Amino acid sequence: MNTVSIIGGSGYVGGEVARLVLMRDDLELVQVTSSSTLGEHVHSAHPNLRGRTDLRFTSPDELKDVDFIFSALPHGTSDSKMKDLLSHAEHVIDTSADFRLNDPEVYRKWYGHDHASPELMESFPYGLPELHRSEIREKGRAAAPGCVATSTILGLFPFREIAQRVLVDSKIGSSAAGKTVSDSSHHPERSGVIRPYAPVDHRHRAEILQETGVDVMMTVHAVEMVRGISTTIHIEIGEKLTEKDVWGYLRSTYGKEPFIRVIRSQKGIFRYPEPKLIAGSNYCDLGFELDPNSNRLVVFSAIDNLMKGAAGSAMQCMNVIMGCDETKGLEFTGLHPI
Amino acid sequence: MNNECPMCGCVLCYTNVELNELLPCPDCGSDLEVRSLDPFTLEMAPLEREDWGE
Repeated sequence: MNTVSIIGGSGYVGGEVARLVLMRDDLELVQVTSSSTLGEHVHSAHPNLRGRTDLRFTSPDELKDVDFIFSALPHGTSDSKMKDLLSHAEHVIDTSADFRLNDPEVYRKWYGHDHASPELMESFPYGLPELHRSEIREKGRAAAPGCVATSTILGLFPFREIAQRVLVDSKIGSSAAGKTVSDSSHHPERSGVIRPYAPVDHRHRAEILQETGVDVMMTVHAVEMVRGISTTIHIEIGEKLTEKDVWGYLRSTYGKEPFIRVIRSQKGIFRYPEPKLIAGSNYCDLGFELDPNSNRLVVFSAIDNLMKGAAGSAMQCMNVIMGCDETKGLEFTGLHPI
Repeated sequence: MNNECPMCGCVLCYTNVELNELLPCPDCGSDLEVRSLDPFTLEMAPLEREDWGE
């Protein structure tokens, strides 16, 4: 039985990690910390967990020694706490942005301050097992990727070497903005919007460049969803491709990956990836279309931002480190209809 | 009988098929028609298209 602590567990990602851990009989959740909800039951912040755990939030200053720590601390906090976390667990999986980039200068450029533990940055592999499986297993740590970055990287990666110019248009649900309320999250303001919230310079561009070698142009919209990301990646390619060629790129990259599915159906209602169908699952669904009038390949990528875009990838990394079936605890398929 | 989907290249393996039978590709969902048994030949079946607001 592996023991698990969740640090900074009152937010949505922490709650999702708790849900995944509590569903497994080979893991024991021993601690969930939170400064803001100290002493309250975990199910007071995550009501879906009522009856599954009697744990109360504890202080982040009283960490127990465990096998795995999932850190769900806010961006810009993990970097200063990481040495302490590593003294309490052999394995740490960080879900913040603090350890995704491996260059301190790039981190400063995109996050506006110096990294507090630059010497640790390279010890955290980027937490996409599809790209870094052996490194994650070897180092026993991972930095779970950003959600928009995940949907973009997985869609772009197979075509990175033939991509000449890439434009990313991402639509994202409200839970990706976290649990902290703001004027823009107020229901009368948020409901029904298609709001460009990051027209240019989204921070995840740095992760996408690091992982694919492609510096993309990118615009992100907030849309009427709670969970989910639908990313459309327009790729200008230097050669004419057939549909069979595109299938070949996808199969050769992801043929045996348990969480990547190609949705490119010739009939039916859902012919391309649809985020609502994979809510709660760890799938990344990819689809595509070739523009007959230009050298444009359009790739569609859908994920649940809290699962494959955060907690699901984090648990997948844990499974890689444990050496168990990578799908363990992540078998949920999503619901239909929903 | 082995063949590949003419749309997506998926390697297909079927037994006990009949001439003109429609077989769905498991990957791309295309309807494939058995046009010949010897040699085993698959072709795209005519597709009924939807007007999605165009």
